This record gives sequence, structure tokens and C-alpha cells, in this order.
Amino acid sequence: MDTPEATRGGEPVIELRQVSAELGARPVLRGIDLRVGRREVVALLGANGSGKSTAIRTIVGQVPVTGGEIRLFGTPRRRFRQWSRVGYVPQRTTASSGVPATVTEVVSAGRLARTRFGPLRRADREAVHHALEQVGMAQHAGDPVEALSGGQHQRVLIARALAAEPELLIMDEPMAGVDLASQEVLARTLRAQVGAGSSVLLVLHELGPLEPLIDRAVVLRDGCVLHDGPPPEAVGQHALPGHDHVHPHDPAPRPLRSGLLS
Amino acid sequence: MELLTFPFMQRALLAAVLVGITAPAIGIYLVQRRQALMGDGIGHVAMTGVGLGFLLSASPVWMATAIAVLGAVAMELIRWYGRTRGDIALAMLFYGGMSGGVLFINLAPGGSNANLGSYLFGSLTTVSEDDIVTICVLAALALAVTLGLRRQLFAVSQDEEFARVTGLPVRLLNLVTAVTAAVTVTVAMRVVGLLLVSALMVVPVAAAQQITRSFLATYVFSVVIGVAVAVGGTVTSYYQDVPPGATIVLLTIGVFLVLSVVATPLARRRARALAGAGQPAGPVECAVPAAAGATAVSGPRSGAHDEI
Repeated sequence: MDTPEATRGGEPVIELRQVSAELGARPVLRGIDLRVGRREVVALLGANGSGKSTAIRTIVGQVPVTGGEIRLFGTPRRRFRQWSRVGYVPQRTTASSGVPATVTEVVSAGRLARTRFGPLRRADREAVHHALEQVGMAQHAGDPVEALSGGQHQRVLIARALAAEPELLIMDEPMAGVDLASQEVLARTLRAQVGAGSSVLLVLHELGPLEPLIDRAVVLRDGCVLHDGPPPEAVGQHALPGHDHVHPHDPAPRPLRSGLLS
Repeated sequence: MELLTFPFMQRALLAAVLVGITAPAIGIYLVQRRQALMGDGIGHVAMTGVGLGFLLSASPVWMATAIAVLGAVAMELIRWYGRTRGDIALAMLFYGGMSGGVLFINLAPGGSNANLGSYLFGSLTTVSEDDIVTICVLAALALAVTLGLRRQLFAVSQDEEFARVTGLPVRLLNLVTAVTAAVTVTVAMRVVGLLLVSALMVVPVAAAQQITRSFLATYVFSVVIGVAVAVGGTVTSYYQDVPPGATIVLLTIGVFLVLSVVATPLARRRARALAGAGQPAGPVECAVPAAAGATAVSGPRSGAHDEI
């Protein structure tokens, strides 16, 4: 894997310059800069309400920006059309529906970034199967997604993003509510992707088992970049063995005690 | 089968088959995106079209199609832009549509609410030869959309945000869904009636998914149920002289109840088959309960984070 220093000279796959965004009338991003170089793995960290998810969602065009500039693969996002180069893993809560669907059916939806309105050819089916194998869900291909555990469901959503064979993975809290076995599968999948030349931007609550993969961490606080550099060392409570802590995921902003920098 | 010798019954049965296919075929996407009542809303709006048809001496079916399409597009636009109080705007559209229908039909020369009855609850005898041509054309259109765009509509209805990031024209696909639903409502209008059409879009899907596990199986099975109840209800209403809409809807609900009862033992048998296929089933009870404040020996690794 290239060192981040080596890749920083090349054209970044994601570039945010002084991006600001609002939800309702509340400013959530207040001018952030963010770069993800080719083959770089960047973690976006911060407390609840710091703007991590909003930053991700402005990049994929789901939250309008009120200022600044976003470029994907060097193209201004407004004019960017090559969405098959981007694999997006939204927060798991967005993917529930009123009709049963199998794992294969859900993952095949990810392939639409390439097939668009064309038929699903043999190569497309193989790509879907390969994506399922990568996350260790091939034996569940015919199972309904409603019957899966949280960790398995998350693996399906990652397979859906991988089905288009993207060069850039954008993931919003891929480790939230995921059991240890699935976390290890995810870390292995990510390592394989990065080894094959992908770039990754992911929102994390804590570095956890992904820590060795992460080149750089960007920490947000109140919609501003607080830290951009090597992953912060876990300090205090979080570094202690046997530390057990549960994030209640309440929507209201809580006092900052993420432990990553405090 | 003497009923097949009557031309009006031939037309009614053909219309019933087309309705039985198209209503669940578009309804499944509405159920999937949790907009099960959208068909009901479109049905109410279409009443204004029926009333206008009488008032202007135009074909009520085509007029209802035009107004229903406009109403469906309006509902979709409200969903985009009206983030707040969208339900109020939709309610006004529903009741405005119904009131418009009553108003226009009473303004029409010689018109009264009695004319509206067959449109509200369906009627066997009123499917005219002109109607059947219209119904065939519109049903073919609706079926082409729901089959031809099934992958795209599935993706948009399953996870709209993800679908947008794949680069699909999500707004266009949402509009196509709304327009197809509107067209289906008017296809079904003559047989099931505007007030009951939504039931045939939603209940067969709900019934099918009691026992199906994939989207494709749900699609196919709900269409089979739709055709069976539409034909069954039409035949029943020929012998009993009741509006076909009511018999069709009650039959559909009956199918739903039967399948819900069947579903429980079926799910159990599937779970057993899965366990027998080499998937290790966990112990029924925990072997050694952990003392308060301590960690069970066989429990997860100590210090495991609940969420990282």
C-alpha cells in the first residue's frame, strides 16, 4: 500500500474546500476541508452531532451544500456522473422496506450503477456473487434480508456497494451495531479492497479493528475540522482493557466525550 | 358456463383479468415504499375526472385517467418539496378530488350522485366496448412499466437514497411510478370501483408476502392472487347481483387471512430445515448464567465493545 505522503501528490478522489451545509436552518458544517487521496483510507471521527454523517451525505449529493466546493475524481460534484466509480454504504436504518427481498435481490440493486437500464448479464450476476463472497454472505444469497442479524445486514449493504466494482468506498458508520465476527469480516473486506487499489472514506465512532488500515483521521467538532492527521491514540477510558461502552445514539447532541481526543 | 355467452360478461371478465394483473403489479412498489394508501388517494382524485367527464360529455374513463395522472404527479411533487405538513396537503388533495367529483356530476345535465355509484364500487354491466379498448391499452402500458423497469423500481422503492447515489434518475422513476399507479386506478375503476381500487393494489401483496421470501416470488404470487380474486369476485357478483368491487375486496381479505394462518407453521418448518442444513443452532438456554458484575466463561470476549 502506498504511503499517504506518496499519494498526496496525486489527484485526490474526494476534495472538499470550505464546504458548509445546513439541516433545516441549523448550520451543521461550517466550512470544512477534506481530502482523500488515491488508495488512501480516511476515517471521519467525532461525537454525535459533529457533522460526520452530513459531511458524507453532502459528498454523495444527499444534502445540499450552502457554500464551498466538492470535487469527486477531479470533477465538480454537480457535474459528476460516473457514479459506478463510487460505492456508497448508507446508515443501515435507511434500508428497510415493506416487501420481502432476498440478499441477492438487494445486492443486485448495487449493480444498477453499471447496468443502468440494460439487462442483467452473466458478468453482472458474477459481480454480485463475487461481492457476496467478499463479505462472506454467499451462503445466504437466497435468504430474506429481514431474517439477518445486524452484522449480516451491514455486510449485505457493503456487498451492494461492492457490486458495482467501485474505486471509492464511502461508508456511513459501517461498524454501528455490528457483532465482532462481522467486524473482522468487514476489516478483511476493506483490506482486500484497499489492496486492490480502492480509496475509502468512512465515518467511525471509534477506530476499533480497522485501526491498522487507517492512513489518516479527520476529527470534526461542531461542524469544523478539529484534527487532520495520523489517527489519534486512544486515551483515557477507551484505552483501558475491558472498557465496555454503549452509544445510545440519541439524536440530541451530547456533551463531547468521544475519548478520541479529549 | 352460460355466463361466458353474454358479451357484457366477456368484457367484464377480460377487464377483471387485466385489473387482477396490473393492480398488484404496481401496488407492490407502493407497498415496498410504504405508500400503501397512495392508490386510495389517486382513486379519490380520479372522481373529479369522472365528474368532469359527465359535465363535458367526454369519456369518463379518459377524463379520470387525465385527472388521476395530474393528481398523482401533484402528490409526488408534494412529497419532494412539501417536507413539512405533506400529510395535510395530501388530505386536501383527497377530499378536494372527491368533492370535485360530486360537484361536477351534479352540475352535469341530468346527472346525480346515482351516476357515480358504478364508478365508486364497480359494475359488471357498464364495461362498454369503448371502455374495454381503453382498459386493454392502459393495462398494457402499466404492465410494460412494472415489468420492464422492475430492477430500477425495486432499487428506488427499497432504498431511495442509495438509488440516487447509483446515478439512477430517481425523480423520473418516482414520477413514472405515480403515473403508472394513476393509470392502473382508472383501469380498475370500472370493475372494482374508485373507492376500493387501492385494496386490490395492496391486499394481494400483503397476502402473498405472508408466505414468500423474495421480491420476485411476492410479485408473481400477488399477481396470481389478484387475477384469482378479480375473476372469482366478478363471477360471484354475476350470480348474486352485488357490486363486483365489494366481493373482490372481501375475497382478497379472505385470501390474506387464510395465508396468514398457513404462514406460521410454514415459517417453523423452514426454520427447522435451515437448522437441519448444517447451520448450528444455538443452545435453547444459556448454559451457565453469569453472576452479576462478572463475565460468563462461555460468553463473548471480555471487553468486547457493543458497538465500535
